[in-house]
Amino acid sequence: MGQTGNSSPAIRVESLRKTYRNRAGTVEAARGVSFDVAHGEVFALLGPNGAGKTTTLEILEGSLARDSGTVAVLGLDPGSRADLNRLRKRVGIVLQETAVEPYLTVSEVLRRNAAYYSNPRPIEEVIELVGLTEKAKARVKTLSGGQQRRLDVALGLVGRPELLFLDEPTTGFDPSARRGAWALVHGLTRLGTTIVLTTHYMDEAQALADRVAVIVGGEIVAQGPPDSLAGRDRAATRIRFRLPAGVRREDLPLPATTAADAPEDLRDQLVEIDTDDDVPVLHELTGWALRGGHDLDALTVDRPSLEDVYLSLTGSAATAIPPPGSRQPAATQPSGAAS
Amino acid sequence: MNAAALAVHQVRYEQKSYWRNPASAFFSFAFPILFLVIFATLNASAHLPDLGGISYNQYYVPGIVAFGLMSACYTNLSTTIAIRRDAGILKRLRSTPLPPWAMFAGMVGNSVVVSVILAILVSAVGMLFYGVSAPHGIPALLVALALGAACFCALGVAVSTLIPNADAAPAVVNFVFFPLVFISGTFYPVPKGSVLERIANVFPLVHFTRSVFAPFDPHATGARFASHDLLIVAVWAVAAAIVGVRRFRWEPSRR
Ligand SMILES: Nc1ncnc2c1ncn2[C@@H]1O[C@H](COP(=O)(O)OP(=O)(O)O)[C@@H](O)[C@H]1O
Ligand SMILES: [Mg+2]
Repeated sequence: MGQTGNSSPAIRVESLRKTYRNRAGTVEAARGVSFDVAHGEVFALLGPNGAGKTTTLEILEGSLARDSGTVAVLGLDPGSRADLNRLRKRVGIVLQETAVEPYLTVSEVLRRNAAYYSNPRPIEEVIELVGLTEKAKARVKTLSGGQQRRLDVALGLVGRPELLFLDEPTTGFDPSARRGAWALVHGLTRLGTTIVLTTHYMDEAQALADRVAVIVGGEIVAQGPPDSLAGRDRAATRIRFRLPAGVRREDLPLPATTAADAPEDLRDQLVEIDTDDDVPVLHELTGWALRGGHDLDALTVDRPSLEDVYLSLTGSAATAIPPPGSRQPAATQPSGAAS
Repeated sequence: MNAAALAVHQVRYEQKSYWRNPASAFFSFAFPILFLVIFATLNASAHLPDLGGISYNQYYVPGIVAFGLMSACYTNLSTTIAIRRDAGILKRLRSTPLPPWAMFAGMVGNSVVVSVILAILVSAVGMLFYGVSAPHGIPALLVALALGAACFCALGVAVSTLIPNADAAPAVVNFVFFPLVFISGTFYPVPKGSVLERIANVFPLVHFTRSVFAPFDPHATGARFASHDLLIVAVWAVAAAIVGVRRFRWEPSRR
C-alpha cells in the first residue's frame, strides 16, 4: 500500500471489447465497457448471468486477452506479460469457480501459497479472517462448499494484496455466511484494500459497494453509488396509505390513484401519490388527516429500491416493475400478481 | 525465496498431495510393485536363451524399474495435470506469482522422488527375493534413469494436452501406456528382427527398457551405456517437451 500515484485510479477501463468466437458462433461479451475504480473503493459489477462480469474481471486479472480498449490496473497493463508478472504480486484473485488441491489441509495450502509473496499475511491471521480456525487442519476435500469458498478467499488474501478481485464471492452461501463475507469485505476496506467484486444480488451491492456498475449484455447501462444509481435519489417519492373509513378518493386534499398492485384485502382501498415535493405534500396530507380526525393506515413513504432500478435497467421485468412498497409482507397477495 | 528453495518447497507439497491421494498412490506406485511380485514369482525358474540363458527375473526386474518410472512420471503427470486443469486448479495457481517453471519443477520433482523410491524398492526386492544380481555400472543406470525421467515427464505433459477433461484422463493415458508396455519388452524381450520390434523401436519405452537392463546384464562389459538407445530416449524427451510446452493450457475446457 501507499503506492505512488494515488491520484490516478486503481483501475481504469476504457472502451473494453471482447468477443468469443467458436464453432457455436460468436458472443460479444464486452461491448465497450468503461469505468474507473478509485484506491480504497469497493466497486461492484452487478448484472444477470451472462452479462459479461467474469469476462471483464478476467481481462483485468490478466487471464483473458482483450480484443481492444485500454486497461490499467494499478498503473499496469494486465495484457502485457511483464506487467502481469508484477501485478500478480500485488493483486489477490478469487475466481468464480472454487479450485483448491483436495488432499492438502487448509493451513498447508495457505502456507504453500504464502511463500509466493514477499510480505504475506501470517496464515493464522488469514484463517481467522475467513473464519476457518476450526478447520485449519482439515483436508480441503472434507470441507463444505461454503468453507472451500472461504479458503479460496483466504488464498486471495494471503499475499496482502492492494487490490482484490472477487468473482461472485457469496453465490451459494446461506444468509449468515453472506453476512460473514460482507463483514470480511468491510474489514478489508478498513485496511485500505481496493475491492472489485461481481454479484447478482442487489442487497450485496447495496451493502458493500461504494459504487456499482450495472452491466447487461456486455454493456454498462448505469453506474454510480448504490443510493443514487440511475437517479434513484431523484426519482419521485411514492406515498401510500389506506383510504380512511368513509372517505372517497375524491375527498382527499390531493390527487391520488389506486395502487394497482394492492393486496386482495386492500383492493380499491390502497391509494398512492407520486411527488417530487414530498415534504409539503406530506405536510398537507397529514394536516388534513389531523384536522378531520382520519387515520392513515398502512402509510409508507418510499423511493424506488435498488432492485426496482436494477430490474428496470436490466429489462428482466419490463412489464412488471414492482412499485415502491411492494416488498412489504404481502401474504395475501394473489400469486401471479407480480409476474 | 530463491529458485532452488522454491522448487524444494513445491516438491514438498506435491509429495503430501501424492501420498494422500489413493488413486495416484495405487496406480503409479503400488501397481508396478504388484506386477513385479506376480510375474517374478510365476517365472521364478524361467530362463531366457536369447539373452545367453540368464534368469527371467534378471531381465524382468530392470524392466519393472523402467515400468515404474514410466508410471511415476508419465501416468502420474498426465493424469494429475488433466485433473487439475479440469478442476480449475491450474488456472487458480496461475493467478498467483508462482512462476510456471516452479510449478513444473514441483510436479517433475515429485515424479522423480517416486521413481527413485520405486527403482530402489524394485531392485532391492529383485535382489533379495528373486536372485537378481546387483547392477554394474551405476553411472550408466543413473544416466538411463535421468534421461528416462526427462522423457516420460515430458510425454506426460504432452499427452495431458490431449485430454479433454478429467473423466477422459484414464482412458487417454492408458490408451498410450498399455500398448506401449506390451510391445516394448517389459515382460519379455522383443523378438529380434520381428515386425513388432520395428514398431516398438519407434517409441521410447523399448529403448529405455534396454538402457536400464544394460547395467543389469551379467554378460555385458564396459561402462554399459546403451548409447544408441539413450539417444533415442533423449530425442523423444526433447520432442515431447516442445509439444508439451507449446500446447500447454491452464484453463479448463468449456463444456
Ligand atoms: N470461453 C467462452 N467461449 C464462448 N463464450 C463465452 C466464453 N466465456 C463466456 N462466454 C459467453 O460470454 C457471455 C458473458 O459471459 P460471462 O462473462 O461469464 O458472464 P457473467 O460472468 O456476467 O455471468 C455469456 O454469453 C457467455 O456464455
Ligand atoms: Mg460470471
